Amino acid sequence: MSRVSTATVEDLTEATAPDRFWNRQRRLGVALVLIGLIAAVIFGSLAESATARFTISEDAEGAALSINGQFGAILFGIVAVAAGGALLAGVAKRWQTLLLCLGIVAFVLSFLCWQVAGKFLPLVDTISGSLELALPLILGALAGVLCERSGVVNVAIEGQFLMGAFGAALVGTLATSVWAGLISAVVGGVIIASLLAVLAIRFLVDQVVVGIVLNLLALGVTGFLYERLMQPDALKYNSPPRLPEWRIPGLADIPVIGPVLFESNLLVWLALALVVVIHLGLTRTRWGLRTRAVGEHPTAADTVGIRVRGLRYMNVLLGGVVAGAGGAYFTLVSTGAFNKNMTAGAGFIALAALIFGRWTPYGALGAALFFGFAQKLANYLSAVGSPVPNQFLNMLPYIATIIAVAGLVGRVRAPAADGVPYVKS
Amino acid sequence: MANDHIDITVEPGEVHALLGENGAGKSTLMNQLYGLLQPDEGEILVDGEPKVFRSPRDAIAAGIGMVHQHFMLVPVFTVAENIALGAEEVRGGPLGWLDRRRNKRDVLETSQRYGLPVDPDALVENLPVGAQQRVEIVKALTRDVDLLILDEPTAVLTPQETDELLAVMRSLADTGKSIVFITHKLREVKAIADRITVIRRGRTVVPSNHPAAAPNRTKGSVSPDTPTDELAALMVGRDVSLEVEKTPAEPGREVLKVSGLIVDDDRGVRAVDHVDLVVRSGEVLGIAGVQGNGQTELVEAIMGLREARAGAIELEEKSLTGRTTKQVLRAGVGYVPEDRSLDGVVKDFTVAENLVLDLYDRAPFGNSFALNPKAIAESARERVSQFDIRTPSSQSTVGTLSGGNQQKVVVAREMSRPLKLLIAAQPTRGVDVGSIEFIHNQIIHERDVGTAVLVVSSELDEVVGLADRIAVMYRGRILAIVSPDMPREEIGLLMAGVVTQEAEDTE
Repeated sequence: MSRVSTATVEDLTEATAPDRFWNRQRRLGVALVLIGLIAAVIFGSLAESATARFTISEDAEGAALSINGQFGAILFGIVAVAAGGALLAGVAKRWQTLLLCLGIVAFVLSFLCWQVAGKFLPLVDTISGSLELALPLILGALAGVLCERSGVVNVAIEGQFLMGAFGAALVGTLATSVWAGLISAVVGGVIIASLLAVLAIRFLVDQVVVGIVLNLLALGVTGFLYERLMQPDALKYNSPPRLPEWRIPGLADIPVIGPVLFESNLLVWLALALVVVIHLGLTRTRWGLRTRAVGEHPTAADTVGIRVRGLRYMNVLLGGVVAGAGGAYFTLVSTGAFNKNMTAGAGFIALAALIFGRWTPYGALGAALFFGFAQKLANYLSAVGSPVPNQFLNMLPYIATIIAVAGLVGRVRAPAADGVPYVKS
Repeated sequence: MANDHIDITVEPGEVHALLGENGAGKSTLMNQLYGLLQPDEGEILVDGEPKVFRSPRDAIAAGIGMVHQHFMLVPVFTVAENIALGAEEVRGGPLGWLDRRRNKRDVLETSQRYGLPVDPDALVENLPVGAQQRVEIVKALTRDVDLLILDEPTAVLTPQETDELLAVMRSLADTGKSIVFITHKLREVKAIADRITVIRRGRTVVPSNHPAAAPNRTKGSVSPDTPTDELAALMVGRDVSLEVEKTPAEPGREVLKVSGLIVDDDRGVRAVDHVDLVVRSGEVLGIAGVQGNGQTELVEAIMGLREARAGAIELEEKSLTGRTTKQVLRAGVGYVPEDRSLDGVVKDFTVAENLVLDLYDRAPFGNSFALNPKAIAESARERVSQFDIRTPSSQSTVGTLSGGNQQKVVVAREMSRPLKLLIAAQPTRGVDVGSIEFIHNQIIHERDVGTAVLVVSSELDEVVGLADRIAVMYRGRILAIVSPDMPREEIGLLMAGVVTQEAEDTE
């Protein structure tokens, strides 16, 4: 008896994927070769033959890397082509990701050489600016991870941001305390989250529809209160204190990393810590195992005695906490005052980061940083008067998400029960 | 009402079979015992103490385990994670860090103790169904169950895997555990059960003066010595013929010819691998095989529902490859799909509308612009009586009918045009015994008027009963074409991929 059984266990290992010629690696290889050629030919021919300098700090002195713009654009284009060629030639699978990253980085560098030729790009400013712009995206995407890994689609991140930003501005001003503001931001996020939870989990309303409606609700409520309350008397209601920048002595003196990571505010550290905490929580703890089970196969979770709805409520509310804190960025870190619809779609970019990051905390972090970098670059381009419209770079998150969802960059698989309400049969 | 005053007692160390047709209320009863449903009336006693199960959590605490008909396993989890879920070994107090090593050790321990080999690190989605079922059983056993409920556990297994499972059930019972074995297959009940409870229409059945009544043990149960035909009669409420009555086939010309067919499934994995087969007029070719061995994809390719990667499909020497489904239907092919609620009927449409789903744009039922409700209603009334469809009226929505009557609507629709080829996939899945008999007779009738018939079923009994020749499919290939007179065990071996000398000779 046991012999037959072992045979069936062994059988499955030989059930292999189909042997198609245009497998993922070759498709990626072709894509890299194409973008590499674009870089080498178009960027190379458009680039000025002047020195492009990548400096560490704000001034034009002490370049970390100086390169002729035209030469650099062509060189990095060729590097991307080479990386694509290596993929096409069929190198070992474990090099695949590395080559892909190399190709993309080379493409970005080629683009930068073209744009920076004759000018300079300060690295520290670019990196810390990217991180700051990525901050709400990280928190928003993490909120999405919490909700969606347990099976509730969260399209309401935008609304949670708005309520968080508004709550932080209003209460922060009234209490003249940035901490009170931060707590109110969390409360604002949780208000939207609890509406989402009750409507989606208890009343089984379509989760995407609920999310959109909640975004509109948040926009309407905060917009109304802004016009009636804040605008007439901004000093009394809309001038919250800013989150203080702290400098950690010693660590902040490390070149590049120091000023980026250790001369910053609490929210940045909180976001980065949460990425690790949520990752460990999801993969290493009982809560995480159950959360993932509820998001993949709620009936299976129910039959082993897990309270499916209870766990979903908890995670959606936790997501509200995180997204609300992300909302605080807009008023307590970025601008220092609330403005109507000031989040301007950041919640949707966070959603894109969640999907692009394949519903994992680290993936979300990477995607958020990438999108933050694109935004920062867009700002830089418009500042130096580049011929490339900065709207092109602002489109990047959405294009990247479409590519990710279309499955061009590996398989993107949402939790199986994402968006499916749990009803006992 | 799914359960009506049922009494059932299960003793320690016994295998208690719960026998009944689809929809008789077996699963409903067990779901109450497992806390998934709450009874309106009555009580559950465990070791003599009354218990209330508000959720599976309570049932598990009382020592009850259940292996569900549709496995309750998370496909993207490993075996160990699935087994640990809900009863995780943790350290670090309130943080609840998973203790993976201890979880894994528990799995291996249980697996060895009961002789159920499982690989704790394998991903469940990569396991064949037989192995997944072992995971389910190990999962229940790690929770220290006294009573293990197995809901239709053999539905997805080959005959050999079924025998293995029966042996496991016996050895578990020998260690003092109680087993409730839910099934509608009489042969398995006869092979393993210590006692049998028959359920029909939500009630336990056993005539009080019936010789089958077990001597004074518990009311409602039947001794396993009861003859098979008597059990069948108890199950369906009247004497039924288990065999399909038919005359020898008179095969004529080749109607369907499939050669070198290759089809991929949704994931791009090869599902049909170089299949050649021929169906002649006036014969039934049955395709036997455990579900998921390419039968679905084969039928979908013939029907134009799925693209073939290579090979030829010909209907009376005219190619069907690359045709749309509508063209295939118009060419004279009737199709009873395997999943009736997905592909067979539109549940919110009336019986009459469902009966013309493939003919609505042709006279007399309509033209390119409008329907002719009068003709549709008239023909519907005829079909309803001809095919014995039990419906309040032909204007009732199909969703309100029982599974058997829904299936009769499908069969009636497909058989009411002149056919060259009839393809019936799982024609009696989820259908009551009375309707099964009727549908089988209709299929044989279609054969006798000279139609070529292709029957696909995962129920070996059905294939053996209907077919004049049996093609056994395994992993996308036709392993052999055999006579229905071949011993079941040998067909079973073929279904498990074991090719014997004799089977090769028959081909």
